[in-house]
Amino acid sequence: MPAVSKGDGMRGLAVFISDIRNCKSKEAEIKRINKELANIRSKFKGDKALDGYSKKKYVCKLLFIFLLGHDIDFGHMEAVNLLSSNKYTEKQIGYLFISVLVNSNSDLIRLINNAIKNDLASRNPTFMNLALHCIANVGSREMAEAFASEIPGILVAGDTMDSVKQSAALCLLRLNRTSPDLVPMGEWTARVVHLLNDQHLGVVTAATSLITTLAQKSPDDFKTSISLAVARLSRIVTSASIDLQDYTYYFVAAPWLSVKLLRLLQCYPPPEDAALRSRLTECLETILNKAQEPPKSKKVQHSNAKNAVLFEAISLIIHHDSEPTLLVRACNQLGQFLQHRETNLRYLALESMCTLASSEFSHEAVKTHIETVINALKTERDVSVRQRAVDLLYAMCDRSNAKQIVAEMLSYLETADYSIREEIVLKVAILAEKYAVDYTWYVDTILNLIRIAGDYVSEEVWYRVIQIVINRDDVQGYAAKTVFEALQAPACHENLVKVGGYILGEFGNLIAGDSRSSPLVQFNLLHSKFHLCSVPTRALLLSAYIKFINLFPEVKATIQDVLRSDSQLRNADVELQQRAVEYLRLSCIASTDILATVLEEMPPFPERESSILAKLKRKKGPGNLPDINDARRNVNGNTEHSEKTEPTNKGSTQSFTDLLNLNSAPSTGASLLVDVFSDSSTLASTDVSEENFFRFVCKNNGVIFENQLLQIGLKSEYRQNLGRMYVFYGNKTSTQFLSFSSSVTSPDSLNTQLNVHAKTVDPIIEGGAQVQQILNIECVSDFTDAPVLNVQFRYGGTLQNLAVKLPVMLNKFFQPTEMTSQDFFQRWKQLGAPQQEVQKIFKSKHPMDTDVTKAKIIGFGVALLDGVDPNPENFVGAGVIHSKNSQVGCLLRLEPNTQAQMYRLTLRTSRNSVSQRLCDLLSEQF
Amino acid sequence: MQFMLLFSRQGKLRLQKWYVPLSDKEKKKITRELVQTVLARKPKMCSFLEWRDLKIVYKRYASLYFCCAIEDQDNELITLEIIHRYVELLDKYFGSVCELDIIFNFEKAYFILDEFLLGGEAQETSKKNVLKAIEQADLLQESQSEDWGSLPNEELL
Repeated sequence: MPAVSKGDGMRGLAVFISDIRNCKSKEAEIKRINKELANIRSKFKGDKALDGYSKKKYVCKLLFIFLLGHDIDFGHMEAVNLLSSNKYTEKQIGYLFISVLVNSNSDLIRLINNAIKNDLASRNPTFMNLALHCIANVGSREMAEAFASEIPGILVAGDTMDSVKQSAALCLLRLNRTSPDLVPMGEWTARVVHLLNDQHLGVVTAATSLITTLAQKSPDDFKTSISLAVARLSRIVTSASIDLQDYTYYFVAAPWLSVKLLRLLQCYPPPEDAALRSRLTECLETILNKAQEPPKSKKVQHSNAKNAVLFEAISLIIHHDSEPTLLVRACNQLGQFLQHRETNLRYLALESMCTLASSEFSHEAVKTHIETVINALKTERDVSVRQRAVDLLYAMCDRSNAKQIVAEMLSYLETADYSIREEIVLKVAILAEKYAVDYTWYVDTILNLIRIAGDYVSEEVWYRVIQIVINRDDVQGYAAKTVFEALQAPACHENLVKVGGYILGEFGNLIAGDSRSSPLVQFNLLHSKFHLCSVPTRALLLSAYIKFINLFPEVKATIQDVLRSDSQLRNADVELQQRAVEYLRLSCIASTDILATVLEEMPPFPERESSILAKLKRKKGPGNLPDINDARRNVNGNTEHSEKTEPTNKGSTQSFTDLLNLNSAPSTGASLLVDVFSDSSTLASTDVSEENFFRFVCKNNGVIFENQLLQIGLKSEYRQNLGRMYVFYGNKTSTQFLSFSSSVTSPDSLNTQLNVHAKTVDPIIEGGAQVQQILNIECVSDFTDAPVLNVQFRYGGTLQNLAVKLPVMLNKFFQPTEMTSQDFFQRWKQLGAPQQEVQKIFKSKHPMDTDVTKAKIIGFGVALLDGVDPNPENFVGAGVIHSKNSQVGCLLRLEPNTQAQMYRLTLRTSRNSVSQRLCDLLSEQF
Repeated sequence: MQFMLLFSRQGKLRLQKWYVPLSDKEKKKITRELVQTVLARKPKMCSFLEWRDLKIVYKRYASLYFCCAIEDQDNELITLEIIHRYVELLDKYFGSVCELDIIFNFEKAYFILDEFLLGGEAQETSKKNVLKAIEQADLLQESQSEDWGSLPNEELL
């Protein structure tokens, strides 16, 4: 029992807290709180001036009440008064109140900032720390405006105390996260990097966090930190555990700092300097070796700290993705953890191996653990661990093990937790399609999915199986036979009825020769399910019936009887009634020829990326935590889509026009089964404007779109794999635009390659006014397509809809690389494989001007290398494309032939798709 | 780190620290959701879970749950040890800390946390240095005896 309360006990506060704790009911608690609030209010309003102690006590009580979950709307002024007290404890409580309950009242902010300013200038380290903590805790824009320019000075000044430096570093980190534009870069940045050499490990720890945050945004400015970080890391990992005194944690030398240094190094590619690189490799090897040593303590803190460093080292190895031996060693280490008795380690090993599976060097090594992972799926007791096992199986799947993995996932699905079933269904559907060698296996797998987890099979999944069956005539007979057999089951899932109805309606004729599946038997089988189904399924079955009338004249009379029955012709549902009436009329009046034309077999669907993949990404994508990390958010993870993918569309006719036509405009010629009689109610798709797209290849600013109403201008900046685009919408009219909205969508394949997050814009644009929207862009891997900006607004009562292709191209993620002639040609030769080079010879479209050409090449993003090519007429450039997953070095050469007015452009990169795309982009420019 | 929450087995919030700007409404919603999720987990389960687009790292000490939300690229194990070091700091400061100490001296719990973590990152990982900073401040103050009566006082460590 704590007999002594440290510090200055506030008796009144303790009594109040005890009272609250003794309250028997919520009502009693509220009553006690209201009594106290009234008391405090009267004290604050009273004529008698309160002494510092009382003020502190009451402010502290208010804070306690707030932390209990009640609203507090007064006391701010008293708290601000405490800030200027000479007594440390009073000041401290004042700052705590402000930090927890900050209020954007502008007068108060000025007073608070004033108090902070005084404390920062006080040269009393304890007061300075309080002030810095407050800025870091509140982190508001107002504070950033007031202090962001002052703190760097405190941080790097020679006479600043260590503890103040630590606070200043993290204070700056927080301001840089909330208001990066207000933190000035400058001469101090170089001095911050040198804090990595500081004697005080606490200072180094805080500084490393700050440098990491800054380096993520402007890596070039902090490049010098690489060598210092490696040196520091090397000293830590080779030190005896007692050397670092209080920074040794359960026999592990400075684990926090080690993790942070390893994180910092993940902002950069492997060091180019050979000596530095080998020193880093040594560090990583030492860390891997230590994992094999016997533990120095049985305490879990020891193994956690040690393994925290190990996992961070493995992350760095994966990030570099360049040392096959390290990658394989990392994989083996994780393999050991897969069978560790600590659940936490098994979880992390599964998670970390997922990323290893995508490296070409370690993919095979990961695959050797397949049995262990499958076993984890069967035996782990914690669902979050099983989820990681599913993820890893998905990541390690390739053609060689797809059948095994899909079979295991299917069998796991039978008992899987409800929370992860839908995701497993999507994963199985994707793997089955991706690695199908013969499509009978694919069809079987999807039907199994529906059998085992029908409720979790979303529209995308069954749409997709139908698309594939329609597009592949070698599997149609098999599909018809299989669904026919599956429908024999006394109870089958409605999704199976949908697939069955659709496939038999198209291909029932392929099995009609067998008397066991004659047309009448097929029809009776389908119709036996009819009454158990929901309206949308019934509507689909009616369409299957009219298709039957065309395929099998012998069942025409039977089907007409069904259509004619009251339950159809007078159905309360308007869609069903209309279909029955129209199909019946059609079957009566149309000649066989017309019928055959109208009800012709579905034409193949245009090949497109699986919409299931997009669905999976949406599922795995972010939740709806607003304002947290919006830069990392995927545009397609938004909620409009999830509404669309509700498993059942309760009787809405819209779902039929959408059938098999997900996310894309209706393809010409593909007259949809269900569209036959409805007037085309699909929304007219807007043409995507791309006329100015190519003008932005070599520049970042300008007007991308303009019509009589609206002008759209762009300003963009890119750093490494990140970009930010400011989109300006100018209203050219004198009338308001209402319900203005704009969003960014990506074609399916682009979703995995590029993340674009659009901030919301004001729904009203006044006449003549301009509003700005910010897009945050992240390049995940190399890409070819471009995202589309969709703009909608009302102008004078009409809805305006337009779509503009956004000039986010692969070359925007270039960082120029300077190199010598010798280096250039050495690399040029290394990239000599035929698929690494793309060349194009083309006629010049503009006058051939050397300076213009130079400007364009620089604008393209590469460094223009002088004196490299023996022919001075030629242009040579080099750069690195940065994406989250990889970095691709790139060399280019442009040879003009002025006589013929022709150019020859050659691109060499390690990746064919990159060479091709860059060549296509650049060759349009001359 | 985006935030840290301390709550009791009964779901009562004892300390909350937010390192990202969120409205009070959002904070309450997040707290409710997480308290529920974490309390529903069984003792032997792993200490990490995916939640929205964050990773949750939590650990129970006696009657108190310590729960941190970190970002995708952050290190789970080192976060577990952040929690442990914080508990050690509280333990050392209060002398065998229990939930009651944190209830009655909530302001101290906040001060210690601010010395240890700032802006969601470790500021000072040396136990000695953090306690030195706190105790220097306490030097100016008198200590005072209190009789706590019969209240829950299970030691955390």
